[in-house]
Amino acid sequence: MTNPTPQPPSAAPHGTPRLTLRGIRKVYPSVVANDGIDLTVQPGEIHAVLGENGAGKSTLMKIIYGVTRQTEGEIEWEGKTVEVESPAHARSLGIGMVFQHFSLFETLNVTQNVALALPGKPDLRALAKQIEEVSQRYGLPVDPRRMVHALSVGERQRVEIIRCLLQNPRLLIMDEPTSVLTPQAVRKLFETLRQLAAEGCSILYISHKLDEIQELCHTATVLRAGKVTGSCTPSQETPASMARLMIGKDLPVCEHGAASAGGEVRLRLAGLSHASEDPFGTDLKDIHLDVRSGEIVGIAGVSGNGQQELLYAISGEEPLAEKFPVQICGIEAGRMPPDQRRSAGMGFVPEERLGRGAVPRMSLAENALLTAHTGAGLLRSGLINFGAMEKFSTECIAAYNVKCGGPGAEAKSLSGGNLQKYIMGREIMQAPKVLVVAQPTWGVDVGAAAFIRQSLIELRNRGTAILVISEELDELFEISDRIAVIANGRLSPTKPAAETNVEEIGVWMSGMWPGAAGVEEVSHAA
Amino acid sequence: MLLKLEARPEPSKLMAYLSPLLAVALTLIGGLMVFSALGTDPLEGFRVFFLNPVKDTYGISELLLKATPLMLCAVGLAVGFRANVWNIGAEGQYVMGAVAASGLALYFIDSESAMVLPAMVLAGAIGGALWAAIPAFLRTRFNANEILTSLMLVYIAQLAVSWLAHGPWKDPEGFNFPQTKMFADSALLPMLIEGTRLNFAFVIALGLLTVGYVFMQRSFLGFQMRVAGQADAAARYAGFSATRTIWIGMLAGGATAGIAGMAEVSGPMGQLTEHVSNNYGFAAIIVAFIGRLNPVGIFFGSLLMALLYLGGEQAQQYLNLPSSISKVFQGMLLFFLLGADVFIHYRLRLKGGK
Repeated sequence: MTNPTPQPPSAAPHGTPRLTLRGIRKVYPSVVANDGIDLTVQPGEIHAVLGENGAGKSTLMKIIYGVTRQTEGEIEWEGKTVEVESPAHARSLGIGMVFQHFSLFETLNVTQNVALALPGKPDLRALAKQIEEVSQRYGLPVDPRRMVHALSVGERQRVEIIRCLLQNPRLLIMDEPTSVLTPQAVRKLFETLRQLAAEGCSILYISHKLDEIQELCHTATVLRAGKVTGSCTPSQETPASMARLMIGKDLPVCEHGAASAGGEVRLRLAGLSHASEDPFGTDLKDIHLDVRSGEIVGIAGVSGNGQQELLYAISGEEPLAEKFPVQICGIEAGRMPPDQRRSAGMGFVPEERLGRGAVPRMSLAENALLTAHTGAGLLRSGLINFGAMEKFSTECIAAYNVKCGGPGAEAKSLSGGNLQKYIMGREIMQAPKVLVVAQPTWGVDVGAAAFIRQSLIELRNRGTAILVISEELDELFEISDRIAVIANGRLSPTKPAAETNVEEIGVWMSGMWPGAAGVEEVSHAA
Repeated sequence: MLLKLEARPEPSKLMAYLSPLLAVALTLIGGLMVFSALGTDPLEGFRVFFLNPVKDTYGISELLLKATPLMLCAVGLAVGFRANVWNIGAEGQYVMGAVAASGLALYFIDSESAMVLPAMVLAGAIGGALWAAIPAFLRTRFNANEILTSLMLVYIAQLAVSWLAHGPWKDPEGFNFPQTKMFADSALLPMLIEGTRLNFAFVIALGLLTVGYVFMQRSFLGFQMRVAGQADAAARYAGFSATRTIWIGMLAGGATAGIAGMAEVSGPMGQLTEHVSNNYGFAAIIVAFIGRLNPVGIFFGSLLMALLYLGGEQAQQYLNLPSSISKVFQGMLLFFLLGADVFIHYRLRLKGGK
């Protein structure tokens, strides 16, 4: 086994691939995550690994980075067969990884966080200088003295990238890096990655966003259900042709007619302000919004800008001190707990499906009881009406096309997309006057996502007022009638979706909308 | 070759039911080894400990009598445990139930009214529930850990009953023993079988097991408590009150433990002494878990635990073994149960080489 000392990126012998995977197979007790995967990455190549959730992308990256071991198959690193034993071993080989969920300590500053990932006991002052150098060289502005909890998500990602770059990697793995960035920050990140590649560093870029891959990557390997279904040169493909490789059929498209104008106000936020209980949370500041019958209002924003807090305040999971800021169908509901708001006509789909939207170890039928107990008449004088519960659940499974073992299946046995369809169905079948949905298609495969969006549009057409909070801009533009942006706990004015575009909303996402009070708090605009 | 614990993809339902049986079997084997180590013929020990107590009708009636307070305490505790409300203080609530019922019996010692007994049952339930209300209040108001507060209240209850028996409530004609006057007949539970000590409390216990079953498995309130126990955020999302869950969980355990205490002073004892409890409140925790927090399981679990109590007495009498032998068996049972429960979520795998 080799353990080469870090060398300049260009030192790799020409013609030898940086990384070769042969027949990688990974078997978990209940699932085969990777099944005979071959992959070759050349020096200086930006190589996309494309696939839906559950296709096996993350498992494959964990094997390369030494987090887990393959069951079969071999890894060849710069021409030599290696067993990657641990992430530390991977780093010593020259492999760096930036995770989708950051691994930083919020109560430490940038330098301290970087020092923790380095071997030995680095001199902090020299390290701070090094960080500044790297950050200037690659256009990743970060102040090494700042505390991590005060950094925006984009800045945190830069810290993660800098942490990897300090170890002179020759392969950088990026796991869904753009899901937390504004469109402008994505541009900036791509420039950095291109510069790195030009210097000889290989990049494995994991994503399911076809347009990004087309713009950035030299080659792409497509995974479906743990197997390689094809390789392509993204610049010579269309998003539709890559989608076909990824999901095995054509990308479904939503039908979206115009909203009926002038419906009554069903959900009104009238100056909603709320201090977050979490010291690292975001305070909500004077939020005004009307959602009318028969329209979908979308709220965009980079995660961590107050979405969680807003959802808790609207759903009643964190009731307010005052009644008036949240009004549901004319009822001042600010102090009501969630069940009373539900009785007032509001349905709510949270972003965490398991553990919040559904109890993992309970059956689907019992999970129907969680919110539909009164709305769908599943009780009889305080006792559970098991027949009605089973019937409701069966209907929901059929109507929303939920793939599962029936109403008796445990919630946690379902895939994310199927559970989301079930929860969505449970809420819609209660005929809510207002429906609030967070991240409707997060972690959901493309087919289920299209189905969920279509269900929302149909519900809108039947007159329900719908509020969608999502970090996927494409999704918001696809289904929303009006769009607003949340940044730093403040909400922008809404704008008809047809009259704005990704660029403008992207600028707003950094807090700079016309007349914004928080313009000085711009955190990580491009 | 290496034995390795491997997480199961799904918890095994079969193991969940097998595990208590496995624990019983291991406890028996462990027991035989303890007997041998103490110089007793293991088979003789087994016969005396496990078969002697139930060899005739009287023995069986004694078994049911002992099982009654365990059933009562365990079924109430299970309501809380299912909702992650950890009431460890059933022992103290049992004592306070006994105190409240005794107070009533002593006050009406000259009454022959048929209402005295029902009032005592009620007083026992209220006494236990009030004692459980203290940790519930501390938890909901100050977020104080109910495991610690309920446990500490056990010792306060024990000292309180000791003070009463030695002080204000002491029988003036009792030769200075720390005990109250014997209760009047109107304050004693009627017997179920002539010539035994098995009394009406057993019927109450069966009734409460049924109520517990309906509450936990069939009622919406019971469902809400199960949700609270399994997924905090889901309960919050659904709007199920966490405060209400804690109150119901604590009060259910307190009330049934209080009734158990009442049944003891109004049944076999006929008076209040400072040794009113036999650790039933603590043993009931083991019963609740060995019964899988299910009333049917609790019924059988309490019979088993009662047998350990009786067997321990027999072993003292006929085998000259120390009285702590019962506790050794209780301890082994819980130990093996917790050990066997690992296999609900994990399985053993043989791994060859590195």
